[in-house]
Amino acid sequence: MKPTIRIAAAASAFAFVAVAANAEGELNIYNWGNYTSPEMIEKFEAENDVTVNLDGYDSNETMLAKVQAGNTGYDIVVPGDYMIKVMIEQDLLEEVKPNEMENFGNVDPDWVDVWWDPGRNYSIPYQWGTTSFTVDTEVYGGDIDTLALMFDAPDELKGRINMLNDMNDVINAGLRYLGYGRCNGNEDEMREVLELLLAAKEDWRTMDYSTIEKLTSGDVDLSQTWNGAAMRARAQRPTLKYAYPKEGFTGWMDNVAVLKGAPNLENAKLFINFMMDPENAAMTSNFARYANGITGSEEFMDAEMLDAPEIVMPDGAPTPDFVTPCPQEVVDLYNRVWTRLKQ
Amino acid sequence: MSGAQLSAAHAEAGRRARNARLGLLGPAVLIILLISILPLGITVVYSFLTPGTYGGVTWEFSTAAYVQFLFEEDIFDGTLAFNPAYLQIFLRSIGLAFGAMIGTLILGFPTAYFIATKPRQQRTFWLFLITLPFWTNILIRTYAMLLIIRDEGFINLTLMNLRIINHPLSILYTDTAVFIGLIYTYLPFMVLPLYASLEKLDFRLVEAGYDLYASRWKVLSHVIAPLAKPGIIAGCVLVFIPGLGAYITPELLGGGKKLMIGNMIAIQFGSSRNWPFGSAAALILMALVVIVLLVYARAAGREAKAHG
Repeated sequence: MKPTIRIAAAASAFAFVAVAANAEGELNIYNWGNYTSPEMIEKFEAENDVTVNLDGYDSNETMLAKVQAGNTGYDIVVPGDYMIKVMIEQDLLEEVKPNEMENFGNVDPDWVDVWWDPGRNYSIPYQWGTTSFTVDTEVYGGDIDTLALMFDAPDELKGRINMLNDMNDVINAGLRYLGYGRCNGNEDEMREVLELLLAAKEDWRTMDYSTIEKLTSGDVDLSQTWNGAAMRARAQRPTLKYAYPKEGFTGWMDNVAVLKGAPNLENAKLFINFMMDPENAAMTSNFARYANGITGSEEFMDAEMLDAPEIVMPDGAPTPDFVTPCPQEVVDLYNRVWTRLKQ
Repeated sequence: MSGAQLSAAHAEAGRRARNARLGLLGPAVLIILLISILPLGITVVYSFLTPGTYGGVTWEFSTAAYVQFLFEEDIFDGTLAFNPAYLQIFLRSIGLAFGAMIGTLILGFPTAYFIATKPRQQRTFWLFLITLPFWTNILIRTYAMLLIIRDEGFINLTLMNLRIINHPLSILYTDTAVFIGLIYTYLPFMVLPLYASLEKLDFRLVEAGYDLYASRWKVLSHVIAPLAKPGIIAGCVLVFIPGLGAYITPELLGGGKKLMIGNMIAIQFGSSRNWPFGSAAALILMALVVIVLLVYARAAGREAKAHG
């Protein structure tokens, strides 16, 4: 009977040997969904003879949770500004020194000494943009540059609104509408925010990240969204207009970084350098429809990108507000407000 | 052969049989240990720890996650007060899962009865049709449902073209949509066990019922339903339990304005940065499922005794 046991043991051991070993010439990218130019990937594969595997996430926090859980096998991630800071603090990113790479001279100097990665020792710009909302001007004819459209909806828009399913984006918009500060630990002010959100929610139809699809399918006529997504939605629904609310809106930058312990470190470094080439950065912009922070990429960008109202901010629009990560007490308070909102 | 030799041979044979059993059970036990007990253990441990600053956990014992489920420091004045928010999320999920269970039973019973009363050689074909949806991923099926019921979807466009309605019915992104989605997804899980029970049903008993002047309803409630009871219970359990933890259906069809258990647990590991609470909520959900299964086991046990 012993051979049987041996076979059985071998069979069960076999299941654990089958851990995916990374062959040479691979690069595993973990980026936001629907955010990577296939053309750019093909070019990188052809130039460097590597196979790129792509996986997607829908929020910084989803990505962080997965990376923290460990053994993801990913090489490249594309975290937002505050998340870069968090991940550096948590020792999750490899210090690959992009500032010493060949193409670093192309990075717009405005985006080098950023608060989330001063001097760019870990990350490089991928795309940057704003988070506001876009609205169908055929459905609503009035002034769109105010957050009142989301929080005190006119009759035409009642029940036709999508908000991002994102705690920070929704609460920050509420704080701006009421004129309170970001990362707000003031309980009286947060109580007001909760009341505002609860009342406004009656007029919201959905809370979802897939904003382009919600707008183009005709499910909603107003959606909180990012500027590039607004531009992509406008291509299919020309009456949409991106708003620059007078109360303010969020600015953000997503950055390419390498994970600590990346299985394909050398390819990851090649990719970082590759992404600082103006032509390659422009490919990403032409796909995702955001600005990229790489000097000289304009000449490779589609003509309609250069004067798109979603990218070129009008005179008099408020400066985008880059939001820093909040302390844990504030996150806890936000959590409770968010759970109350969705209970 | 002496008696001693004989008993030694017996002992040897017994040992071999035992070894064989262990060897055959080994792989399955190992897999259960590694992919079921071990993660469950980690979940239990995590639920008693303190949340880390940016997700993850710090190794400090705490029962805060369980306290948080029912109570909270008042959001604004710091006292510990009963907080129905999470309970309400659980109750909504239970309500929807229960509704889906009743809905699939109402739709599934006639379907299973229909198949069970077909000539034997045709049944395979009908069963094949029931299992057909499993060939497609649940995500794609749910998305297809979304396309059918949306404002500019198949149902609304058809009704508007026939001039039955002027404005699209807002079905999508409501509890009704989640309900439709759950019923659609879990219907086969109800039909199959019901069919298994009804197939064995002795239809002479049905005839006997009619001979004794029972009405159609009486035959259904006093003859068919009691005989199909094991199938009804199994089907209900198979629909209720996965319905309780459903994630994709409420996420896609519900519009994200209200949390369901599954989605609530998921966000604890994301933007809420509270893994211990997510673990605790997952365990509470599991405890609920175990209770349902115990009720089922008792019901099934009584059944076995009654027929035994």
